[in-house]
Amino acid sequence: VEQSPPQSPGPGKAGDAPNRRSGHVRGARVLSPPGRRARLSSPGPSSSSEAREELRRRLRGLIERSRVMIFSKSYCPHSTRVKELFSSLGVECNVLELDQVDDGAKVQEVLSEITNQKTVPNVFVNKVHVGGCDQTFQAYQSGLLQKLLQEDSAYDYDLIIVGGGSGGLSCAKEAAILGKKVMVLDFVVPSPQGTSWGLGGTCVNVGCIPKKLMHQAALLGQALCDSRKFGWEYNQQVKHNWETMTKAIQNHISSLNWGYRLSLREKAVAYVNSYGEFVEHHKIKATNKKGQETYYTAAQFVIATGERPRYLGIQGDKEYCITSDDLFSLPYCPGKTLVVGASYVALECAGFLAGFGLDVTVMVRSILLRGFDQEMAEKVGSYMEQHGVKFLRKFIPVMIQQLEKGSPGKLKVLAKSTEGTETIEGVYNTVLLAIGRDSCTRKMGLEKIGVKINEKSGKIPVNDVEQTSVPYVYAVGDVSEGKPELTPVAIQSGKLLARRLFGASLEKCDYINVPTTVFTPLEYGCCGLAEEKAIEVYKKENLEIYHTLFWPLEWTVAGRENNTCYAKIICNKLDHDRVIGFHILGPNAGEVTQGFVAAMKCGLTKQLLDDTIGIHPTCGEVFTTLEITKSSGLDITQKGCG
Amino acid sequence: LEDHLTGQRDYDLLVIGGGSGGLACAKEAAQLGRKVAVVDYVEPSPQGTRWGLGGTCVNVGCIPKKLMHQAALLGGLIQDAPHYGWEVAQPVPHDWRKMAEAVQNHVKSLNWGHRVQLQDRKVKYFNIKASFVDEHTVCGVAKGGKEILLSADHIIIATGGRPRYPTHIEGALEYGITSDDIFWLKESPGKTLVVGASYVALECAGFLTGIGLDTTVMIRSIPLRGFDQQMSSMVIEHMASHGTQFLRGCAPSRVRRLPDGHLQVTWEDCTTGKEDTGTFDTVLWAIGRVPDTRSLNLEKAGVDTSPDTQKILVDSREGTSVPHIYAIGDVVEGRPELTPTAIMAGRLLVQRLFGGSSDLMDYDNVPTTVFTPLEYGCVGLSEEEAVARHGQEHVEVYHAHYKPLEFTVAGRDASQCYVKMVCLREPPQLVLGLHFLGPNAGEVTQGFALGIKCGASYAQVMRTVGIHPTCSEEVVKLRISKRSGLDPTVTGC
Repeated sequence: VEQSPPQSPGPGKAGDAPNRRSGHVRGARVLSPPGRRARLSSPGPSSSSEAREELRRRLRGLIERSRVMIFSKSYCPHSTRVKELFSSLGVECNVLELDQVDDGAKVQEVLSEITNQKTVPNVFVNKVHVGGCDQTFQAYQSGLLQKLLQEDSAYDYDLIIVGGGSGGLSCAKEAAILGKKVMVLDFVVPSPQGTSWGLGGTCVNVGCIPKKLMHQAALLGQALCDSRKFGWEYNQQVKHNWETMTKAIQNHISSLNWGYRLSLREKAVAYVNSYGEFVEHHKIKATNKKGQETYYTAAQFVIATGERPRYLGIQGDKEYCITSDDLFSLPYCPGKTLVVGASYVALECAGFLAGFGLDVTVMVRSILLRGFDQEMAEKVGSYMEQHGVKFLRKFIPVMIQQLEKGSPGKLKVLAKSTEGTETIEGVYNTVLLAIGRDSCTRKMGLEKIGVKINEKSGKIPVNDVEQTSVPYVYAVGDVSEGKPELTPVAIQSGKLLARRLFGASLEKCDYINVPTTVFTPLEYGCCGLAEEKAIEVYKKENLEIYHTLFWPLEWTVAGRENNTCYAKIICNKLDHDRVIGFHILGPNAGEVTQGFVAAMKCGLTKQLLDDTIGIHPTCGEVFTTLEITKSSGLDITQKGCG
Repeated sequence: LEDHLTGQRDYDLLVIGGGSGGLACAKEAAQLGRKVAVVDYVEPSPQGTRWGLGGTCVNVGCIPKKLMHQAALLGGLIQDAPHYGWEVAQPVPHDWRKMAEAVQNHVKSLNWGHRVQLQDRKVKYFNIKASFVDEHTVCGVAKGGKEILLSADHIIIATGGRPRYPTHIEGALEYGITSDDIFWLKESPGKTLVVGASYVALECAGFLTGIGLDTTVMIRSIPLRGFDQQMSSMVIEHMASHGTQFLRGCAPSRVRRLPDGHLQVTWEDCTTGKEDTGTFDTVLWAIGRVPDTRSLNLEKAGVDTSPDTQKILVDSREGTSVPHIYAIGDVVEGRPELTPTAIMAGRLLVQRLFGGSSDLMDYDNVPTTVFTPLEYGCVGLSEEEAVARHGQEHVEVYHAHYKPLEFTVAGRDASQCYVKMVCLREPPQLVLGLHFLGPNAGEVTQGFALGIKCGASYAQVMRTVGIHPTCSEEVVKLRISKRSGLDPTVTGC
């Protein structure tokens, strides 16, 4: 333990040095003169949040006005070291000795809310939170501290954001709203197949948006089949035209790209279509398409560069395979397709391609939808299988060969079993890799300023205020380590980050109970824990799982299968049957799930589900009448007609 | 207390009415080991339509309504399909007979299912028309006129309601149909006049328009009374822009059959007093519903009804003026007329009667959805009601105009896709009501209904992470208050 614990220890405790005197640092202006008890919070019975808000403002004021602000305790040796350091640099500091003010404990609490650091010393240089004793000395050794001391808002920008995706843009816009000078650097490195796109990042260009639209196109194919049963009359075989669809989707995306540029301009955010690379502290090099380099400086940075699809690293993969980066703007119909991988991207793509009537095979190394509830994942897979998608389980490709060029061409795929020596060969028009995504952080000059990355994944570790190992550099979205890779999460965390940096907000992004929906042909929506995870955390005997199969009313007349859609909730018996996992497989799963997530935020229990009246006839109402527990082993199939 | 009496009477529980509420009561009581009978009888509509076990919802309500709504939605999707690359030649004609037969077959399978379920649970089912003889005895008349006496310790009345006919209008009964008939028509209703402003009127007009019929709605005063009026006017706006014609401020005065078989309707403009006429193939009355209490001889048992509505008066325990006689569902005064409400009220009542429970039905925050072409889902208070209860100064309304992703490529107009959340203004801004107009409104609303039941605050809903890209995520992204006067149009992601 390097720093003093949050509560002032009594005399004689470890880390305590009562004989050392404080306020003796040369040049330091001590806020509380010895012998006089100062208060920072307003006097009177002020336990109210208002008083707390007031204290927060005053602390912010101190931090903003001081070149160096040290929150210290007079007896803390680490605080003393820091004070001595600044003294040796001849720098005047503002010091607040928390043990010498009446409301020191409260100050410390609020500080820990602001900085996520509970200990003293707590050091700010030119408004940047440097950290405690260790971090301050590290910053001194790396030269960062000197740099921070030099810069007196001489930067070009208050904030530069690297990456113009969902997270980056939301952060940029929010910071601009708060009156800051902001720049966004966004540059799409073309995929190995040469695909590139506009502003907005993965979600808009090669993710959620085109994916959901192609999913919708596939659902419409199903709707066309259904419609005959509902009295709509046409006899011809309806064909699907890939080019028409893709053009329409790409047009929509272009309008979104344009909309983003417009909204940045409206908010006076500088947008530069260049690749960003750190060259030294607070300085980034922006290289545009033509190779022209420009340098920009900023007080703070946010990295929001996201991820790109992973390749297999086998012969022919980058040459001949496509990824989700390419699929949505593919100028020709992919034809017979092999999808490699079992991620949600893989299954979603396979699902809609099959929905257009294409011959689709999914090659799966081990399990479907890793990280998701496996019972649900298998149900997603088996529905796809029943609807024409072929699965090759426990195989991995080892070589891709081109047999014929063309649009599409012909590729031969050689694959081997993961369990034995068996190899198989297949010929496809298109091979789509969807085996995972990697952050692209290794060519950003992060090492030059000391931003640590996870060497294995390339992701950037951050604390719960999205701060990297370098105090003025933050990371949001898919590039940050251990966070859900979802657009709304990135948007939320980017926005909240800006509010914390430039507003008076302390609200942190809450990563608990983040919902998601997999837009496979039968959609899968979930929130909270997978069954496996719940058992691991809470033990099976402490859980009650309610489940049922159901038959959406619209499916009955359409003649679609019964006993396919499925609903499941996982309740914690030790906590009033609180719902800790919510899972639904059925049409409109995303629409159904959202409201339940809000309810889970408010502490949803099984009793509340039972007390809530259903909306009839919907799929969502199934959760208000769940009766059968998994442990009972009772039959959940719905019998034929009624 | 009642235990010593059992055995003297035929049943522990007699349920009058085999609809959603009645069947739920019967099944629940049987599960608790009681001897139960259900009597159900469908008086044919004036047009002669009749149906099987299951009540309004299954036969002439929610189920066929939502299926025909789905047929209409599919019509819209067929028009979307070419934008998404499907090469389907437009326009695609619709065959009423085929749809109606499919819907009716499904309903019949549900009738069958309900009978099987009663059998499985050993509930005695009588297809007889019941009326009280005394407070423990009911006389039933079967189709052939055969009479039977049934006695029970407890009696639950769950006979629901039937459409109201404007009998003062010449030709109304003779030539008009109601929702009791529309779903069972063998032939297309053709050019239709729907009279009324209830959700039934708008839903029927919506799907008729959607399957390509020339449809007009005649509304005397305000549409969707009791619902949030801003939402209801947007529902109408959407329908009007999608082909449904509206005659506002008009009231019909007579219906005549023309020699060519068409119906000539004469109506009066309520403000100018001017008369006008139009010809239609079908006239559908959807002006409200009346409780089915007239033939029950309630006075023989001493059960009180409201003199205004003829609905049965009950207390919070669903008890009538007679201690062992209860009433649930649409037949009861002041209850929401909704299937899931009747089911839950019925189950809770039986659990109190036979299961030792004391849980009362909570009629607050009952969610519902109107399945108009653009669906309208809501739970909690309307904006008007919130203002009336708490005062304008204490209510904050957050709202947004959004565009469903699927609408973009299809080139659909999203002018009426709108969501609003009515909250208390003081922190933590308790959510009082949620109103959602857009596709899949029912699915969207259900979960939020739970949130509101949990006492969700605006702040909690805002802290909920969205599911992208869905329509429901718009609810957790509501940032613009009406009071701010800012543009509530959602742009970008």
